[in-house]
Amino acid sequence: MDNGKSSNDLTAHRIAVSYIDKSRDFYSAQGYGKPYRWASNLETPFTPLKKPLNECRVGLVTTATIPKPGVSLEYDPGLLKTTALFSAPSDPTPDALYTMDRSWDKEATHTLDLGSFFPLDHLKYFAEQEIIGSVSPRFYGVPTDYSQSRTSKKYAPEIYRQMQEDKVDIALLVPL
Amino acid sequence: MGLIARHLESTGIPTVIAGSARDIIEQCGVPRFLFTDFPLGNPMGVPFDSGMQKTITRMALDLAVNTSFSRTTVQTPFEWHDNEWRKKFMYVGDENRELLARAGRLRKLQQEKNRQ
Repeated sequence: MDNGKSSNDLTAHRIAVSYIDKSRDFYSAQGYGKPYRWASNLETPFTPLKKPLNECRVGLVTTATIPKPGVSLEYDPGLLKTTALFSAPSDPTPDALYTMDRSWDKEATHTLDLGSFFPLDHLKYFAEQEIIGSVSPRFYGVPTDYSQSRTSKKYAPEIYRQMQEDKVDIALLVPL
Repeated sequence: MGLIARHLESTGIPTVIAGSARDIIEQCGVPRFLFTDFPLGNPMGVPFDSGMQKTITRMALDLAVNTSFSRTTVQTPFEWHDNEWRKKFMYVGDENRELLARAGRLRKLQQEKNRQ
């Protein structure tokens, strides 16, 4: 670790970034007085896997969206946008997904390689290798919404409904 | 995404979240979390490093099988090539405070305009 901080400097602090702290300070500096209240739960549901992995159908959930005609993949609207929930066929794998209206580190990296945030082709590879049973015929797109109530009461039940239709056994959720 | 995972899990679909915002996901409380300590944007591995991405995908699948307890976090064994991003992302300091305040005023104007 010779780039940035030395490992001694780094390990004097918690290494993993706290996005709750960072975003609170960042938006406060922009004049937003009331900090966002993040979801916080102690009790956490748990469902064990019901069959062997090589019989399971895996469904992929992303926070990215389908590119719109006429909007460049690199167009940054500068604001987070709440988009609609969607699903789309897993086959063929889309050429690209749009991510610029989501919050991620646009200075440190990029999202031009789908495999770095949307592992649909890798899931197909593991289906071919018979590590998993199959990939769901659709993938699912969930909006990034400030409203936790909308996320829990509107989007989540709809994704559940679609996954039931598609007979999904494992949901792999990959936020950007 | 944490809230979606909680709902799916409570209705009978096992979930795995693969992500890089450790505090947000763990505070939300999810059954299985595969953490990669990268800048936000590439939770499945470095762009164009297909080998790493496959390893992370495989770890996520294995987590679905091997977890016995809720709130299980597993960290992948990968490091980003530098650590500058930890400080730079959403940086607030004396040198950019005025700029951020101005950006916030513009942002609010744009939000009002979008609402109209």
